[in-house]
Amino acid sequence: MRPKSYSIFGGHGSKSGVEHAAEVIFTVCGFFAVLAVASITLYMIISGTPALFKVGILDILFGTIWMPAAATPSFGILYVILTSIIGTALAILIGVPIGVMTAVFLAEVAPERLTKIVRPAVELLAGIPSVIYGLLGILILNPLMYKIELKIFAGSTTHQFTGGANLISAVLVLALMILPTVINISESALRAVPQHLRSASLALGATKIQTIFSAVLPAAKSGIITAIVLGTGRAIGEAMAISLVSGSSVNMPLPFHSVRFLTTAIVSEMSYSAGLHKQVLFTIGLVLFAFIMLINVTLNNLLKKGEESHDK
Amino acid sequence: MKKNYIKVLALAGMAILTMGTLAGCGSKNAETQAPDTKTEAATTSGTTTAETTVKEDTASDLKGSISMVGSTSMEKFATALSEVFMEKYPSVTVQAEFVGSGAGIEAVTNGSADIGNSSRNLKDEEKAKGVAENIVAIDGIAVVSDPANTVDNLTKDQLINIYNGTTTNWKELGGADQPIVVIGREAGSGTRTAFEELLKLEDACKYSNELDSTGAVMAKAASTPGSIGYVSLDVLDDSVKTMKLESIEPTPENIKAGSYFLSRPFVMATKGEISEQSDLVKALFDYIYSDEGKDLVKAVGLIPAN
Repeated sequence: MRPKSYSIFGGHGSKSGVEHAAEVIFTVCGFFAVLAVASITLYMIISGTPALFKVGILDILFGTIWMPAAATPSFGILYVILTSIIGTALAILIGVPIGVMTAVFLAEVAPERLTKIVRPAVELLAGIPSVIYGLLGILILNPLMYKIELKIFAGSTTHQFTGGANLISAVLVLALMILPTVINISESALRAVPQHLRSASLALGATKIQTIFSAVLPAAKSGIITAIVLGTGRAIGEAMAISLVSGSSVNMPLPFHSVRFLTTAIVSEMSYSAGLHKQVLFTIGLVLFAFIMLINVTLNNLLKKGEESHDK
Repeated sequence: MKKNYIKVLALAGMAILTMGTLAGCGSKNAETQAPDTKTEAATTSGTTTAETTVKEDTASDLKGSISMVGSTSMEKFATALSEVFMEKYPSVTVQAEFVGSGAGIEAVTNGSADIGNSSRNLKDEEKAKGVAENIVAIDGIAVVSDPANTVDNLTKDQLINIYNGTTTNWKELGGADQPIVVIGREAGSGTRTAFEELLKLEDACKYSNELDSTGAVMAKAASTPGSIGYVSLDVLDDSVKTMKLESIEPTPENIKAGSYFLSRPFVMATKGEISEQSDLVKALFDYIYSDEGKDLVKAVGLIPAN
């Protein structure tokens, strides 16, 4: 009886049944993931395009009046699209610098005892469900925003007061939500930068802060861009938390206006919509999907370019 | 070839997984039909007219579930009704979902719910699809504000001007110098449709906040100084200030007498007349129209339909 032998040259003939079974299972799981993404894309395209033709692409994407239940319904989502873009951009502008600076603090500057307190707190923050952020927004942020709104627009006759539920409240809640994601991933990226880079920079005479901004951060660029991409994904896809604090009227996305995002538009009207209205909501979903794909592709291309210039 | 063998197995595995996930999508309709057929078979006694005395005897024979979908304003009434009905008939479950009047009528029209709750009259095109409008109670719409507001009476014209954006500050109505924050419901809400119809403001209201349930309007009105919103009469409590309209308070007596002008019917719509429904639904409607049911309606703060 010859014992089973494993050759290092690949040897299909000598692999045991368990190996084969494992290969099959992994292949099936991999295919399933691809199948899931492909079917979601296909389904969104199939359900989102009928309304584009029925109502007209220009009318939907560039119209400004959203009145789906009126006698002559109009489905213009330009303001909604602009709100999502501007809201996400502002949330990233506020959240990413704070997140990256906190990551720098945790990885480079903080003494050991402080890191022991701050890091678990940030990791806990990452696990809080998004509805809780919305509830905090209603309790704390809305009254505060209302007081500020009263001061700024005191005596104005054209401004419609929103009681604190406006674009700024939603942006602040979004910025708070993307902070933990950005901090955790940026910190891992910063920690992964090899120590000899820092030593070389310090040996050439740079100060610690110069080292961080000129040597360490550029080396960790791909990790930080990943953090930004994930943060953007979370910010643009958030529905529950901001539906409680954003006011839900369709308006131009100025800071103290009550606004509606792409996500909250779908959430607040899906349950009762029917017919053409429902199809337009699927079109909104398609627009959201297209945005996320676009952002992912663009930022990943930025990543690739960055890596190529590093290798040179 | 071994490589082909792995590929074939992988495709077969994927096909099995896909069929498994698709199987989960196809059985929803079957579930809602199964209890109906079960109850039809269970109550094959010869009674065609359901009298209350006969019902007492067959209380333990009624089995199955009733699904009610619809208005958030009717939540208090629907929950009370389902609890009392389930106590009376222990083998029956009544499941109520609150998603809005428009969704409720849609659900009963396409058969995914037994009863559709709506806090407004049905439109003609909805009735044309064969949905019967069974009015079970009359409700008032109360106008609420935050407790610190000094204004406590509004005329119909003042209310119309607030909601179409003409009046923007409470001082124009004799109150403090505070801007008016106009709160309303989302576009499919029965309360909003009824409110706008009664004030002839369809498509002309300018809301600063469009919230999607009665509870959310109450919470927002209670916590925002200078706010004004409309809710169903039966959810009023001390956290908000209730406005008088034309100096009439929103009480059941005033609504019945017709002097409080913001009132609307609570409708429990069914596909086809009540006599064509299953025995469970017929029993539910008999309960509502009986004296016990009328007491329940009064107990939750509404007015019985007749």
